[in-house]
Amino acid sequence: MNRSYLINLAWRSAWNRRFTLALTVCSIALSTFMLLGVERMRTDLRSSFTSAVSGTDLIVGARTGSTQLLLYTVFHVGAATNNIRWSSVQALEQLRGVAWVVPLSLGDSHQGFPVLGTTRAYFEHFRYGEQQPLQLREGQRFRDLYDAVIGAEVADRLGYRINQRITLAHGTGKVNFGADHADKPFTITGILARTGTPVDRTVHISLEAMEAIHVDWITGVPLPGLHIGPEETRKMDLRPKSVTAALMGLQNRAAVFSVQRQVNNFAAEPLMSILPGVALDELWDIVGAGERALLLMSGLVALVSMAGLVSVVLAGLNERRRELAVLRAAGASLYHVLALLALEGILLTMAGIITGIAALATCILTLGPWLQSTFGLSLQLGQPTPMQWLLLAGLLLAGWAASLLPGWRAYRLSLADGLSPRI
Amino acid sequence: MSGNLLELKDLRFAWPGSTEDCLNIAELHVTPGETIFLHGPSGCGKSTLLSLLAGVIVPQTGYVALLDTHWGDLRPAARDRHRVDHVGYIFQQFNLLPYLTALDNVLLPCRFSAKRRDAAVRHAGNLRAAAEHWLTGMGLSAQIWNRPAHTLSVGQQQRIAAASALIGEPDLIIADEPTSALDEDRREAFLDLLLPACTATESALVLVSHDRRIAKRFSRQVSLPAINRVTFDGEVIV
Repeated sequence: MNRSYLINLAWRSAWNRRFTLALTVCSIALSTFMLLGVERMRTDLRSSFTSAVSGTDLIVGARTGSTQLLLYTVFHVGAATNNIRWSSVQALEQLRGVAWVVPLSLGDSHQGFPVLGTTRAYFEHFRYGEQQPLQLREGQRFRDLYDAVIGAEVADRLGYRINQRITLAHGTGKVNFGADHADKPFTITGILARTGTPVDRTVHISLEAMEAIHVDWITGVPLPGLHIGPEETRKMDLRPKSVTAALMGLQNRAAVFSVQRQVNNFAAEPLMSILPGVALDELWDIVGAGERALLLMSGLVALVSMAGLVSVVLAGLNERRRELAVLRAAGASLYHVLALLALEGILLTMAGIITGIAALATCILTLGPWLQSTFGLSLQLGQPTPMQWLLLAGLLLAGWAASLLPGWRAYRLSLADGLSPRI
Repeated sequence: MSGNLLELKDLRFAWPGSTEDCLNIAELHVTPGETIFLHGPSGCGKSTLLSLLAGVIVPQTGYVALLDTHWGDLRPAARDRHRVDHVGYIFQQFNLLPYLTALDNVLLPCRFSAKRRDAAVRHAGNLRAAAEHWLTGMGLSAQIWNRPAHTLSVGQQQRIAAASALIGEPDLIIADEPTSALDEDRREAFLDLLLPACTATESALVLVSHDRRIAKRFSRQVSLPAINRVTFDGEVIV
């Protein structure tokens, strides 16, 4: 019995049952798709989280929890309990070892997207992922008072183009209670390239503009009877009185703890500063429960799909009972029967896994932008992670083992049946 | 050497899970080249006896020996090898792999047994010629040789099965009700082809059937109920 004949036989037998086998391959492909998809989601969720900010040595804000400070400065979630004075920001710039300070002012929104008031230095110094700078996809940075630069997702989701005019709403959230800044519309001058970070969801305006839209407001409501038009506002002193927080870069990273100490002991007002990396880790510890849930789900998906695989293969065995008996009668030993089943099992599993990977790649390529805009989930088509390799190996092993199970059953049956199958 | 091709002695066999013996036979032998008609009512253990003769199952006590080799002394893989080298097997029905051609089905035993392959090549020059020889010998015309087995009639399939059992000239052909799926004319025609073929290859034939009308064509008749000491209702005749 030569090996090539056995393979030939396996192939012809498989071709004879091609429709059933196609279903098996589909089910394995689906399992692979689910397993790798969930795992890809899990890793990309983590990486899009940890890549939200980099290149910033310290984040400075009014005293609060470090997680909270990170949440509103980087993720634009929640609100600051207190602002810091403009004079403090200027003082921070003078601290020894500080290279740059980028002030941030938050609190307004546009169609649910947060509005960030900042300086042009933000575009120079802000980094995400692997120290990547922000890039403009179209247009330019804000120059005029009523200019806005929007993130990629804002542009894609709302269908905005350069030179389109938008109005900002006071407060955050999609629902606004009649309190908006419709009197001072902004012009979109730039659209940023996609980053996969909260920057994509942000509308950027200058600090002066942030001040300008609030000149006739006090404590969150428009002053009754007072209305200052957009052109009049230009003539006023628009230097900010306070900002929400500031990003800080140092000349030398080694000085980070000494600068942090100076900020924390700032005399003029109570301030705190955090190291973004440390705060991200702390925050991930909290959010990580979701990741663990996804991991658990991966495991369950794996279990269910492997059980499905075994049952499909076992169900197919009855169909083959007669065929195996004929082979046994023609002189095939149990070893041959087992080899035939194992060969088919491993080839089927491999075909299924390859189909699954191809389907996943196709989905990421075609549905990626939609996922990004609908769920804010950025999926990357990259090298499989070690975990994914492990899952693939597990699937292959399970598929192979599942095909041996019928082999064992075929052995039992052939003992019970003698040579004539009882069907 | 006993001179017997097949020898069975003091055999007792019960199916796993059953407390009562199915077969209890003191002695049975088959000499080379003889043709045996084994009969008995359905359910009396004929197929079980054939499985024992072919070494697919082994008895709890006693022995069955083919060419002086006791089936029970061989490991399963060696039993498989010994069987395919020396035994051709024909079932009542479904003897063929539906997706192989008639020719490939006939050649199947030669794929698993070097001995049968060598014998076939020695006899006909090459494997294909050997298969064609037996297909022709079984009255099958060349136009069906390359057709997949599932497209052929039951009568044709049984004759292909016979060709497959005969190729490589095994010492023993075991046939389990090979004619019961055939109508009367085809039954006679099948035996007209099978019996001379067995004579030509000097193969012994053990054929099981409940159809006594064909019995006279065999060199010896064996009634299983007569030699089995377990009666139908499970009692042992002492």
